[in-house]
Amino acid sequence: MNWKYGIAVILVILALFAGCTGRNEERTGQGSSGTTREQVQAQIITLNGAGATFPYPLISRWSYEYNKINPRVQINYQSIGSGGGIKQTMAKTVSWGATDAPLKESEFAKMPGVLHIPETIGAVVIAYNLPGVGSGLRLSGEVIADIFLGKIRRWDDPRIAELNPGVALPDRDIIVVHRSDGSGTTYVFTDYLSSVSSEWSTWVGKGKSMNWPVGLGGKGNEGVAGLIRQNPYSIGYVELAYATTAKMTYAYVKNREGNFVEPTIETISAAAAGAAPAMPRGDESWSDVSIVNAPGNDSYPISSFTYLLVYKDLSVIPGMTEVRAKALVDFLNWVIHDGQEYSTALLYVPLPDEVVKLNEDTIKLINYNGKPLTG
Amino acid sequence: MRKRFSPDTMFEFAVGAVAFTGVILLAVLLLGELVLGAMPSIKTFGVGFLFETTWDPVFEKFGALAFIYGTLLSSFLAMLIGVPLSLGIAIYLAEVASSNVRTLISPVIELMAAIPSVIIGLWGIFVFAPFMRDYIATPLAKYLGFLPFFSGPAFGLSFLTAGFILAFMIIPIVSSITREALLAVPVLQKEGALALGATRWEMIVMTVLPYSRAAIFGAVIIGLGRAIGETMAVTMVIGNTPQLAASLLAPGYSMAAVIANEFTEATGDLYLSALIEIGLILFIISILVNASSRLLVWRYFEVRDSK
Repeated sequence: MNWKYGIAVILVILALFAGCTGRNEERTGQGSSGTTREQVQAQIITLNGAGATFPYPLISRWSYEYNKINPRVQINYQSIGSGGGIKQTMAKTVSWGATDAPLKESEFAKMPGVLHIPETIGAVVIAYNLPGVGSGLRLSGEVIADIFLGKIRRWDDPRIAELNPGVALPDRDIIVVHRSDGSGTTYVFTDYLSSVSSEWSTWVGKGKSMNWPVGLGGKGNEGVAGLIRQNPYSIGYVELAYATTAKMTYAYVKNREGNFVEPTIETISAAAAGAAPAMPRGDESWSDVSIVNAPGNDSYPISSFTYLLVYKDLSVIPGMTEVRAKALVDFLNWVIHDGQEYSTALLYVPLPDEVVKLNEDTIKLINYNGKPLTG
Repeated sequence: MRKRFSPDTMFEFAVGAVAFTGVILLAVLLLGELVLGAMPSIKTFGVGFLFETTWDPVFEKFGALAFIYGTLLSSFLAMLIGVPLSLGIAIYLAEVASSNVRTLISPVIELMAAIPSVIIGLWGIFVFAPFMRDYIATPLAKYLGFLPFFSGPAFGLSFLTAGFILAFMIIPIVSSITREALLAVPVLQKEGALALGATRWEMIVMTVLPYSRAAIFGAVIIGLGRAIGETMAVTMVIGNTPQLAASLLAPGYSMAAVIANEFTEATGDLYLSALIEIGLILFIISILVNASSRLLVWRYFEVRDSK
């Protein structure tokens, strides 16, 4: 009896493998299928992207609006996380990727010819729950870092009181709340703390997931917001859009010029504009790019770009034709110009003109097998 | 003796093939994939991975002990809280309640098992955790805080909260299986005990429970398996802080929770590999728990068949 089972097992395995190969062919779309299907493909161009969750609402809005203008072009976006976006871009299984943090030097080296295109700006807000104190508590970067390092433990600490004359600070312990899931929001926040506190950058560093010295971890913006709301005397960080829609109380943060700045679309946009002159070309490494603590009187100091990743020579992606590549470039051009007007309604920060200009130059670099795609 | 290619033998091939590929091949491939994925981490950290509590994605120092501790402690607490309650429910439904009450309550308890864990988790974070902080954890810390298990401060997010939430999740399963086992006890045995002058309590303790002991144990192990693997509900209430705290009121972390939290944004090969190694450890623990539960359930059926 046993050998019969063996044969059956082998047959089923073979069938499984056959199934897999069949599917691969389908995915690249290069099989010698009938003319009708090729005709359909010529009519509808589908461009798949994958990556960060943070820009997902904005990208899906773009996809919808762009499809209304160009019914032939269908933009699909899977928000699987920045890590997955980078991996899929590296494996060339998607036409474009998206990530909240720029590629690290080591990642950039593995993906020659990849371009960074900042598509929108996100900001992080320091939210707190202090009974009797509304929005506008003034905090500096050093004080925030020391709170999250566990060195400032009480709300009536003289260093907080010094920044907030006239505010009745309670005689209570601070409950620190942070994100527990890997997140671009955490990256921006810790990038900021690293830039203002040498102790933070030495002992904790910056990243999407951290080894936190103190505090409770909440899953997602909603988890952090829930913990802050339920626990009086707590402090944490959430993305701007979330803080605004959830009507949380938040701090004004001291910027590089010494002003305490409220996080708004204008102050965040000012930060990006202030940082623009120091930014690299689209095909250079962006690993050091950061707009935290950007110069400018009105710049809010805790914000960051989120990026689209596109190959300079699109012919390296399997299944990419010149027509499809041209469609992608047209979409990217639309995103950095007309697409920006959808940002504000969704509480994303539109790119300032300086960055749009930089992106225009980057998109001009995109080609198909050496042939330029912009007119 | 059957013919070589009768429909019967063909059928045996077919179902045999499905069993082999579906179950064994899948398990082997899964294990192989996990081991392969965890290799960089296993090579870098060796056995020390199991005994190290630091989890630092920035400086790439990884250890699983805090997560193993969190998973085992929260599951243990869930058993401690959930099993007696489940037994009580099952005994009530099988032996005490009238058949009307039983037909009314049994489906409700089984429906509880169908509530998605993310819903229980959301209820946990918005309703149960604040309740826990104000009415259970804070008084415990105040009056029993001299014991290391209950030392404060009490946030509401803790091993104990996770234990309660997990207990709510295992009660429907454990109580349903236990009730079925109790109902399977032959009436003759029960009547025999009553005829010898036993009270209802003595009848339950002396005949019903011993008879269905193996099945109840199997039910408990199945509940434990669910508690160990539970992800969403736990990550929402455990506090997500990797530490070995003696206090049950302190926040902790579990293996499934760290994978769910960090996998999507894990960049860097060693980091990803460390997460996969945690998955491997979780897989091995789950297999051990499930294998023992299978053995027990098999034994139970053998006992019944031989009667």
